[in-house]
Amino acid sequence: MKRYLIPLAVFIVLVVFLAIGLKLDPKHIPSPFIGKPAPQFDLPVLHNPQQRITTADLKGQVWLLNVWASWCVSCRAEHEVVKRFVAMGETPVYGLNYKDKPEDGKGWLAALGNPYKASLMDINGDVGIDWGVYGVPETFVIDKKGIVRYKQVGPLTDSIVDEKIIPLLRELNTEAG
Amino acid sequence: MWIRRGLLPVTLVLLFFVSFSSQAAIDAYQFDDPEKEALYKKLIKELRCTVCQNQDIGDSNAELAKDLRRKTYEMISRGEDEEFVLDYMAQRYGDFVLYRPRLNTNTLMLWIGPFIILIIAVFLLIRFIRRPGDEVPFTETDKAQAEQLLEREE
Repeated sequence: MKRYLIPLAVFIVLVVFLAIGLKLDPKHIPSPFIGKPAPQFDLPVLHNPQQRITTADLKGQVWLLNVWASWCVSCRAEHEVVKRFVAMGETPVYGLNYKDKPEDGKGWLAALGNPYKASLMDINGDVGIDWGVYGVPETFVIDKKGIVRYKQVGPLTDSIVDEKIIPLLRELNTEAG
Repeated sequence: MWIRRGLLPVTLVLLFFVSFSSQAAIDAYQFDDPEKEALYKKLIKELRCTVCQNQDIGDSNAELAKDLRRKTYEMISRGEDEEFVLDYMAQRYGDFVLYRPRLNTNTLMLWIGPFIILIIAVFLLIRFIRRPGDEVPFTETDKAQAEQLLEREE
């Protein structure tokens, strides 16, 4: 009996590992930034290029950085979710207009609505590289100390907002700045 | 004549491959130093394009791969070394971006895992081969039986 049990046990272990492997999303790469200071940027504001915003300006508050572009199809679907989230008044959301022409970005916001506190222009994508952006849309949650606490690759959905982002923000808002 | 006729399809097939291999990643980057150019060519083969499934950034025409090639070029022409570029990429995109991940706590199993499995396999194999009590004694009755069978054959 034992000689059949051992191969069976090995087979079951193998199946479990393969099943876990199948469930993993190969496109999901864990961000090395979680728990680390948010990368610095110093970027012009889309609607007022004379004004610049830096990461240091945003310290002391919990904020979200949402990476979007007018050429990004799934950003369109995500935009409704972002608008709903901003309407809840939880936290300011800053946009990173990634590799976009300023006029295209402005047109996109004019047509779909602009929930962002401000959108920052990353025309050649350098800041995107600094933030490890590889698939637009992406969303980062940054705490009061300027530490990245959460990263969403791909579009936000209502369930991600309600189940992950909102509880996290409640927690972060109680932390000391 | 038959040789030529035979060679034509072969040549066509070869040409097909040639035209393909030179297609990816044509950037006109100029280097002031052949060593830098060699380093650039080496690095774009060692950095994974994170949006493509298993392609290096030298092999991909994805927007991100182009940007990362540009970044690599900028750093190398500034005179940065290999370590600097690999660190820069790993800090932003994680160990996943390196085709040869470094040895750290996250990648420890990746490096030593195969050796552990090899040791277990060798151990099991040795045990399996040398299982005690496996040999069945060859008795007199067995011998008689064998002889009887052989005789019947004849």
